[in-house]
Amino acid sequence: MSATSEPDLRKVEAIVIGASAGGVAALGTLLPALPAQLVVPCFIVLHLPRERPSLLADIFAPQCRRPIVEAQDKEPVAPGTVYIAPPDYHLLIDEGPAIALSTDEVVHFSRPSIDVLFESAADVYGRGLLGIVLSGWNQDGADGLEAVRRAGGLTIVQHPDTAEAPVMPQSALARHPDHLALSLAGIAALLKELPAGKPA
Amino acid sequence: MPSKLFDIEMRLLIDAIFLKFHYDFRSYSGPSLKRRLTTAMTRFGCATLSQLQDKVLHDPSTFPQLLDYLTVQVSEMFRDPSYFRALREKVVPLLRTYPSLKIWVAGCSTGEEVYSLAILLHEENLLSRTLIYATDINAHALQKAEAGVYDIERIPGFTVNHRNAGGRSSLADFYSAAYGNALFDKALKSHIVFSDHSLATDSVFAEVQLVSCRNVLIYFNRELQDRALGLFRDALCRKGFLGLGSKESLRFSACADDFDPVVEADRIYQRRDGR
Repeated sequence: MSATSEPDLRKVEAIVIGASAGGVAALGTLLPALPAQLVVPCFIVLHLPRERPSLLADIFAPQCRRPIVEAQDKEPVAPGTVYIAPPDYHLLIDEGPAIALSTDEVVHFSRPSIDVLFESAADVYGRGLLGIVLSGWNQDGADGLEAVRRAGGLTIVQHPDTAEAPVMPQSALARHPDHLALSLAGIAALLKELPAGKPA
Repeated sequence: MPSKLFDIEMRLLIDAIFLKFHYDFRSYSGPSLKRRLTTAMTRFGCATLSQLQDKVLHDPSTFPQLLDYLTVQVSEMFRDPSYFRALREKVVPLLRTYPSLKIWVAGCSTGEEVYSLAILLHEENLLSRTLIYATDINAHALQKAEAGVYDIERIPGFTVNHRNAGGRSSLADFYSAAYGNALFDKALKSHIVFSDHSLATDSVFAEVQLVSCRNVLIYFNRELQDRALGLFRDALCRKGFLGLGSKESLRFSACADDFDPVVEADRIYQRRDGR
């Protein structure tokens, strides 16, 4: 797919989002854009210093019209639910689909790692996956987004010029130039087009 | 049935490992196993899992190395300090009531948690009457655990954890530093038995008052989780304690009714009285 063509969001079966430095603010813009009748699950890895218990789900809940929870090991994936990786665990997607957690070694100094989530989700959802890499200072997510692209999924990065920390989207684009680069407003506008069910 | 080529090759390799080496990964959680095998493929210079299978079956030096990729868990001492604090505050007072103690650390890998427990018990004046069984399926990891030698660069992190876990002494009292390593005290080791044991294929070997098995069950599928939890239940005395990893729960397990929560937030449970 060329970087200029309009992506078709009707085929999307799941969303993965990776964010690091500047990610809390970026997610604060994107999460409210998720449709209230969203039917596909969304998985988020946000790099944070280790803390416990994680407050992320509580922080984002008021801004999100869908249920937002910390991912639990072996939990079956529910439609329209937003899952956040717990601090100090990798978040992976298993067949089913179901959640899987691991304490395997850090990847790009990170646990949870964006690459780990994206690669496992690409394996399960293939061309039905939408991957989004947001602001950050490291290279996590570049390999993962490439795995999503190779599996036939849709790939988007926050435009480096608009990211608080441009390195992460830049690294993803350096890995492959065809990812769609959009401002947060542009990504938010696209998310509104995601498959939605009937109003409850 | 698996349809993707990688999944087919993975199943064949796992079967081959079971048939030839009797290590049973057939009930391990898929995504982590897949990720570790992908890493191993690169490490062994194999383009496919079938090539790796050829090496595993025909080159005797390959499997022991592969086993490290599949099983070794890097942990740290006093990982999740609140778990050890909860053990100290809620479990130790009851452990004190036993004249002698047996504790099972299942899936001990390179031993960080075993030494953490031994130090905690020493600080609580219980170690002298305690025997800790530290088990794992990886002989290489067990050797490392038994050696009790860790890179000195990891010690500052361990020290912070120990303090946050309510440590009553200085961690430095328990090791000596030399040549960039920290060697943990032999006095701790004299209360630990390191032994080969598989939660997938072996059975209960002793009655214990506490089982600690953290971040092992997340690598198992539900059936194997239930098998392991059944072993823990059967190994525990009445009112014995079970500690799991911070993201592991009994909630969805077939064994959920065999245990009561003691400190749910830190995943500490107690075996119910009757059966």
